[in-house]
Amino acid sequence: MSLLILSMIILAASGLLSLCLGRNPGRANAAGAGGAILGCLLGLVPAARVVASGKAELFSRPWDVPYGSFTLRLDALSAFFLIPVFFLCAVAALYGWGYLKAWYHRKNLGASWFFFNLLAASMALVVSAANAVLFLVAWEVMSMASFFLVTFEDEREEVRKAGWIYLAATHLGTAFLLILFLVLGKQAGTLDFNGFSASASIAGPAFLLALVGFGTKAGFMPLHVWLPEAHPAAPSHVSAVMSGVMIKTGIYGLVRTLTFLTPPQAWWAWVLIAVSVSSGILGVLFALAQHDLKRLLAYHSVENIGIIGLGLGLGVLGMALDMPALAVLALAGGLLHVVNHALFKGLLFLGAGAVAHATGTRDMEHLGGLVKRMPQTAILFAVGAVAICGLPPLNGFVSEFLIYVAAFLNVGKPGISVAAGVAVAGLAMIGTLAVACFSKAFGVVFLGEPRTSHGEKGHEVGGAMRLPMALLALGCAGVACFAPWILQGMKPLLSLVTGLPGDAIQAPLSLISRPMGLVVSGFFALVAFSALLAWIRHRLLAGRTVARGVTWDCGYLAPTARMQYTASSFAQPITEMFHAFLRTRKEETAPQGLFPAPGSLSTHTDDVFSKNLYEPAFRAVERALVRLHGMQQGRVQFYVLYIAATLFALLIWNLR
Amino acid sequence: MNPWSLANPLAALVLAPLLLGVINRIKALFAGRTGQPLLQAYFDLAKLLKKGAVYSRTTSWVFKAGPVTGLACVTTALFILPLGGCPAPVSFTGDLVLLAYLLGVTRFFTIAAALDTGSAFEGMGASREAQFSVLAEPVFLLCLAALAKITQASPGLPGRDALSLSGLYGGLSLSVWAQGGTALLLASAAMLAVLLTENSRIPVDDPNTHLELTMIHEVMVLDHGGPDLAMILYGASLKLWIFSALLAGILVPVRSGYALVDAGATLAGIFLLAVVVGVIESTMARVRLLRVPQLLAGAGVLAVLALSLSLGR
Repeated sequence: MSLLILSMIILAASGLLSLCLGRNPGRANAAGAGGAILGCLLGLVPAARVVASGKAELFSRPWDVPYGSFTLRLDALSAFFLIPVFFLCAVAALYGWGYLKAWYHRKNLGASWFFFNLLAASMALVVSAANAVLFLVAWEVMSMASFFLVTFEDEREEVRKAGWIYLAATHLGTAFLLILFLVLGKQAGTLDFNGFSASASIAGPAFLLALVGFGTKAGFMPLHVWLPEAHPAAPSHVSAVMSGVMIKTGIYGLVRTLTFLTPPQAWWAWVLIAVSVSSGILGVLFALAQHDLKRLLAYHSVENIGIIGLGLGLGVLGMALDMPALAVLALAGGLLHVVNHALFKGLLFLGAGAVAHATGTRDMEHLGGLVKRMPQTAILFAVGAVAICGLPPLNGFVSEFLIYVAAFLNVGKPGISVAAGVAVAGLAMIGTLAVACFSKAFGVVFLGEPRTSHGEKGHEVGGAMRLPMALLALGCAGVACFAPWILQGMKPLLSLVTGLPGDAIQAPLSLISRPMGLVVSGFFALVAFSALLAWIRHRLLAGRTVARGVTWDCGYLAPTARMQYTASSFAQPITEMFHAFLRTRKEETAPQGLFPAPGSLSTHTDDVFSKNLYEPAFRAVERALVRLHGMQQGRVQFYVLYIAATLFALLIWNLR
Repeated sequence: MNPWSLANPLAALVLAPLLLGVINRIKALFAGRTGQPLLQAYFDLAKLLKKGAVYSRTTSWVFKAGPVTGLACVTTALFILPLGGCPAPVSFTGDLVLLAYLLGVTRFFTIAAALDTGSAFEGMGASREAQFSVLAEPVFLLCLAALAKITQASPGLPGRDALSLSGLYGGLSLSVWAQGGTALLLASAAMLAVLLTENSRIPVDDPNTHLELTMIHEVMVLDHGGPDLAMILYGASLKLWIFSALLAGILVPVRSGYALVDAGATLAGIFLLAVVVGVIESTMARVRLLRVPQLLAGAGVLAVLALSLSLGR
């Protein structure tokens, strides 16, 4: 525990140091990144210790805030989230050190590192706080730090707009959390987490409050609107951290709240499953319709949160209906997907950052052929793409497999057949849409020929930016290879979340251990067969003519880069099929006449929810509140008067 | 692992190209032609393996990875594929998910290899392949879920995982058909639609078309030649074998307990299915591309119906 506190202190101190060194960008950059890496690596030690032993560690001091104490608690659940937080923050800091070099003397890097390290420390505090006030303070610091990181390039208008949307969304979410903790605290008489327990009457409302409050941070549809704005606006190492781990604090909060609200009820699971499946399918559909690489990845986070939520939903259903096998397997899948998503989404955002860094654009329609100019980034991005699609032989498959098995095993049991069927069909659809989405992203950005001069500019990025991606790719492969052991290691965590004793957890875990082992051998068989076939081809072609030519475009010998399929044309059949949800707008000038002048076509897919739900709602609120403008004169005397009047009113109310 | 069960993947590896020969023979019969020899696919493979290769200057390692990964995936899948009542060499809870996702890996790399050529035609095929799979895959898994539910109740053979492909197909029998025939029939119909879609046959795609604009699967591999094309052809025949075996396993519920009888009956079923595919290809026209999603949505409805019927039992 002391190591964890030390790591947070190092993070905060190095952030401050970097802030003070702001005038010297080289030193500020080194101090910030170095401190972040050191602090995060140090923090990994206690997290790993708790995961390995399963024993919780506690740090408690009395403080002045009423109803509770300053308590940090590192249990299996906290430690499980701490590991991806610290790992991803460390590799992202290394990447950021390389990435921010381009901004020397243009931006205050000291401030950027200050907020980055503060974000890392506050996320650690969020998952280890065991007191509602402490939790909310850490939560708010986390939100504010990430707001300042998002608005790094605040000279651009769209970045400022993204920042405001994020700020509004996160605070609306926090408002629900405030009510949640007030409700829970009022009943428990304390704001310490270990005192929380909810009676049946408030458990339902408390669950809904948690779902909305934490769901806003996690990005469940339709609360996701800030993600596709904020993630693309932020620098890439920040996007990686925000999408990889910061939104997972929402999942952490939801799971933590579920441990207070026992026993869970079946209808919570239904709500969670419905929200998750629609988040999953709509998230990936919107991702598919995007041309901006980072926006696409941001929408994909919504999809993955859907998969995680599906695992949690089935798990809650299992707990509510007293079916340990369902609860354990589905929760294991959902929670493991948290780690997996941190790894591959971090990798993909860093890869997207490398592409943007090298070519100066994130618009896929300008890119292409980068596999020749950035060969290593291309391989690493491909690893991330295969992993995020949930395909063998990487980690995404492992977590989705667990959720699938949980659903399949229970497809005939009364009360859950529908949920299981929905989960199977939903996961299958999400999986294939993800394949479409990432074969598009990888294919259009890295393969073929550069579509415009942007793509021709590409060059391989520096080692400090490639090494973090390589580490994350190794992580993806590692989780896949060691899946059976990781699953055994999750036993204390699953016991804590489900409230079941270790023996009850062991039975489903033993049930899955042989299949998991065979899945991993299947992974190795796949790789071995591929290598064997590649070798056979190599032998066959040795000594024969292997020529290079132009692409066989059905006999046309002078194909140009502009004749390639574009990202929009690739996605068009699917976006057309789901037009009812996506409402893709087209702007086209068709070529006309015998000697047609150049035509053009561009498609835009706005967020349906932000356009049809939030914009009208916020406009209505604005119209209602505009009347209050009269109260705002900007004269200090009036504001003093307001304060005095308020105090007077309170006094009267108190005397009553 | 029973060493005899290795005969399963072996039979697939040897016999799969023959399926293409059977289909083409039936089509020739309908057209009143003599047609290709039954073994034409083997001759083609042998010829292609002897050739050199031409690679486009646009392409990279991804283009070469496509055929290799594709064939490796279907080969891996063969080891969890039962032949009717004869179990696969390896079977475990949830192996059906691995099978579906291995085919997904094939799809990912075929699409990527197609996009690597920079050709508009191949991009077009890739885009359509991605679109149709979005509908076909949920149908496929729902069919398997219905099958899992139907066979869960039946005793099956001892020592088998209920939720593995071998367990599912081992649990089927004539008596299961007698009880849950309707659901099984609906699931089979849906599965047939998936088979035709995933293997790019009429009415979804025409493997013999000569117009690149209308091709789906064929156009994605236009640029491959020599050993690469051989791997793709062989991989495609194995994929057809996998889907045929899954469907024949349902439709031919011979579970006598004698491995040779069961295997023989299922093999006969697989080749009969090739005949059916040939008949469908000869008697039907391709549906318009825009109608394919409707066809698959129809199959989806059948699958959901099958699942709901199986739940009601």
